[in-house]
Amino acid sequence: MRSFGYVRATSVEEAAEAFAARPGARYLGGGTNLVDLMKLGVERPDALVDVSRLPLDRVEELPDGSLRVGATVRNSDLAAHPLVRDRYPALSQALLAGASGQLRNAATTGGNLLQRTRCPYFQDLSKPCNKREPGTGCGARDGVHRDHAVLGWSEQCIATHPSDMAVALAALDARVELYGDEGARDVPVAEFHRLPGNHPERETVIRAGELITGVVLPAATGGVPSAYRKARDRASYAFALASVAAVLRVSDGAVAQAGLAFGALAHRPWRAVRAEEALLGGPATTEAFARAVDAELAAARPLRDNAYKVPLARALAVDVLTRLARAGTG
Amino acid sequence: MAPTGTSPGTSLGAPAERREGRLKVTGAARYAAEHPMPGRAHARPVPAAVARGRVTAVDASAALAVPGVLAVLTHENAPRLADPEDATLAVLQDPDVPHRGWFVALVVAETLEAARAGAAAVRVEYAEEAHDVILTADHPRAYEPEDTGSGQPAVREHGHPASAFGSAEVRVDVAYEVPPLHNHPMEPHTSTAHWDRGRKRLTVHTSSQGGTTVRDTLAALFGLPGDRITVVADHVGGGFGSKGTPRPDVVLATMASLHTGRPVTVALPRRFLPAVVGHRAPTLHRIRLGATADGRLTSLTHEVTTHTSRVKEFVEPAAVPARVMYAAPHSRTAHRVVRLDVPTPSWMRAPGEAPGMYALESAVDELATGLGMDPVELRVRNEPAREPDTGKPFSSRHLVECLREGARRFGWAERDPRPRSRAEGPLLIGTGVAAATYPVQVAPSTAEARALPDGSFVVRINATDIGTGARTVLAQVAADSLGVALERVRTEVGSSDLPSAPLAGGSSGTASWGWAVHEACVRLAARLADHAGPPPGTGLSARADTAGQADAESSYARHAFGAHFAEVAVDTVTGEVRVRRMLGVFAAGRILNARTARSQFVGGMTMGLGMALTEGSTMDAAFGDFAESDLASYHVPVNADVPEIEAHWIEEADTHLNPMGSKGIGEIGIVGSAAAVGNAVHHATGVRFREPPLTPDKVLSALAG
Repeated sequence: MRSFGYVRATSVEEAAEAFAARPGARYLGGGTNLVDLMKLGVERPDALVDVSRLPLDRVEELPDGSLRVGATVRNSDLAAHPLVRDRYPALSQALLAGASGQLRNAATTGGNLLQRTRCPYFQDLSKPCNKREPGTGCGARDGVHRDHAVLGWSEQCIATHPSDMAVALAALDARVELYGDEGARDVPVAEFHRLPGNHPERETVIRAGELITGVVLPAATGGVPSAYRKARDRASYAFALASVAAVLRVSDGAVAQAGLAFGALAHRPWRAVRAEEALLGGPATTEAFARAVDAELAAARPLRDNAYKVPLARALAVDVLTRLARAGTG
Repeated sequence: MAPTGTSPGTSLGAPAERREGRLKVTGAARYAAEHPMPGRAHARPVPAAVARGRVTAVDASAALAVPGVLAVLTHENAPRLADPEDATLAVLQDPDVPHRGWFVALVVAETLEAARAGAAAVRVEYAEEAHDVILTADHPRAYEPEDTGSGQPAVREHGHPASAFGSAEVRVDVAYEVPPLHNHPMEPHTSTAHWDRGRKRLTVHTSSQGGTTVRDTLAALFGLPGDRITVVADHVGGGFGSKGTPRPDVVLATMASLHTGRPVTVALPRRFLPAVVGHRAPTLHRIRLGATADGRLTSLTHEVTTHTSRVKEFVEPAAVPARVMYAAPHSRTAHRVVRLDVPTPSWMRAPGEAPGMYALESAVDELATGLGMDPVELRVRNEPAREPDTGKPFSSRHLVECLREGARRFGWAERDPRPRSRAEGPLLIGTGVAAATYPVQVAPSTAEARALPDGSFVVRINATDIGTGARTVLAQVAADSLGVALERVRTEVGSSDLPSAPLAGGSSGTASWGWAVHEACVRLAARLADHAGPPPGTGLSARADTAGQADAESSYARHAFGAHFAEVAVDTVTGEVRVRRMLGVFAAGRILNARTARSQFVGGMTMGLGMALTEGSTMDAAFGDFAESDLASYHVPVNADVPEIEAHWIEEADTHLNPMGSKGIGEIGIVGSAAAVGNAVHHATGVRFREPPLTPDKVLSALAG
């Protein structure tokens, strides 16, 4: 039997020290993904540093109007928070579109960002996977890959990031707060996850021992329309086939602010920078939205069995932007 | 206990609550892995990591070095088994690997965790061979089987179907493809086996639909008289056919217990199920319907190509229901099968009928469209006077009544028949109909009824309650046969030490067991009538054996029928199809328990919804196994997918069935329901989809095209 150490941290500093003192340690949040992967033998930590009870369970408005979400805030609580529902509807919608009620009650904000791909080859030790075991190859490339990436994939890895929440955070310009040896720092959610390249085993820019302490959403006190939409195989408890989070502010018929991100298309939440550039200052019309989205998706390289994702993502994005524009002017 | 059915003679049909309900919802009901006994060990199988080949070496040294590991069994050291009738049970007997996931070793350990770690440490080397796992309609190795394996001939032909089709005024010639499907019951397959000292007696707790078969199979495999084996299946967390026959878990647990002298539990992890406990084989259908301009079928051809494994032949009998449904003077129903390097398929709820009626009832809808005729009326017009294939009269057939009653309740008359005629913003709305059928099956059973001095009664029978409410309905049968109140009757089921009985399968359980229970109770009532005063100390008892009665050939064609109606909304933005409401009306003889029967119908309809929209297993051509191996990826419908679902029935008095007058109800709910949903999608979109499940990728592409 593979035994592992377990320590429950009561402060961020203590957690970081406990982690540093135990080679092969992993932080444990809600455990909804890590524990499953341990059972499968995909994750084999020597120790778990339980951070789920750190005093990071608050959602608070900061003096500048931004919203700070503690890393251990549960997905259910975050989705239901009045300020989130009021100012960042895309985030609330994304959270509620994910997993099941039971899982959302357990899953944490930090853990959600760090969840790993649901690629079946990653989860099956009898098959090759460069992410799980670098250098072994990619089973999905010639295998079953209807659910895999169309953007930013590499020959080494075609997996997607499964989070709904992270897609909304990326579109909302949220930042991830990290704490580690070298103190605290923060990075944009949209730059937090990496593309696979030659190192699919490296999934984020997190440094060894760094702990997610929270997520900060920029001020939206005046209210900025945002929305999340997800297409999936069944009405609940299914990962996205494609999803989109959008932020759109229209002024005098022109786009004054735009944020757009796709889910389930790539190894990370896909911030659609090119589409945003095309949208900004342009007319808030369905035709203009379609052109902007097409500019982004021109980079898509579908695989044998997932070409449907490109038109699906396009339809979702144009629909969400059009609805937001209509709501903003109505 | 339910307040209903408490006065004598009123139990049958009453909506009695299931008797073990409280045990289940409080967690007190014990399942096969939940029988801890002193010294119990756990075992974990090691699945083959190649799709075809043979094991050339097994290095167990690292596994044996794992603390707590007791033994590693392989084909080199496992107990020898007699050749099983079912070759999927010949585990660890030879080095052959017939498909990926086939078990090549078993690690026995003190704990589940140690067994898992040990299994991960076993090193297996293979001589790998090229594999062939993809079914095609023109596969060069497709052959016509001798029969479908369930007693029906593989091919039936009447008249001249080809020429009649060629000269028909209206023709439909279409191909449908149903993917592999998996049963995935809530409780994965699990067994705990225990040999007593001296290896003289064997006790097995197993998750099975029929303990008698398990006992007989173990007796044959291990060379032990059946009376020295007790098989207990007290509570079973579903099976849907996958537990109808013994599975490798029970053989492995028995082997491991024999080898180690300890009680051993083998609880298969969910991820192992797709390869070793059966699946519904994929079916490729070609259907040709020829009709007159006024909608009378002149020719009906239903040809099915399916796969089986190299281990044994199993044929999904999907063309069989076409022999029952419609009057057509010329017909052909045929099956072909291809042996591939795939896991062995097996029974899954309504084997044959579920995929066969999906295809046939979709094609009939296509014919209605081609004729410009209402699909309900088309079915009514082709109602046969006798069973088309055999010419036998029906014992009862109320399909037309089901269609009419369903149409009335559903509001079918208000439907605009034109495809794509109804939209709500980006949603296209459509409705569809399909028929259902399932044969009456019944098998001989024994049972015992005993009257106790305190005025209560005990019915003893090795029936299995797989979640359907068998305990409850058998008490209802007994109470009415004895003429006593329901609460005076107790049922003992789920052990092979009880009077022997057939499995819970083929929708035959209640009919088979109930018949024997009825007979035993009638005899007991006669004994009681002859007996003065209360029963003596141990009570008075009577036994019954329905051999010769229950299995007597009937001169009638006996089937249940039904009609499904469905309304769907298709999102033109995403291609997502969501069912808004489903309504089924069934004619299945006398309904014996209104509450549990409704559950069966609704459960079957929901499974049909899954077949239409969400469920499917993908054969991985590169690796030779199914890509979906957990409940996150194999999408059974969830509550959000089942908004409004109604099941109704027509009371049917049929004296040619059994003393209760019942037909089976466990499977008919799934039959035809997928077609009703698919037909509704066609009505909504104007696009005919012929390859379920209708997931957004397929639907959106077709809508765009």
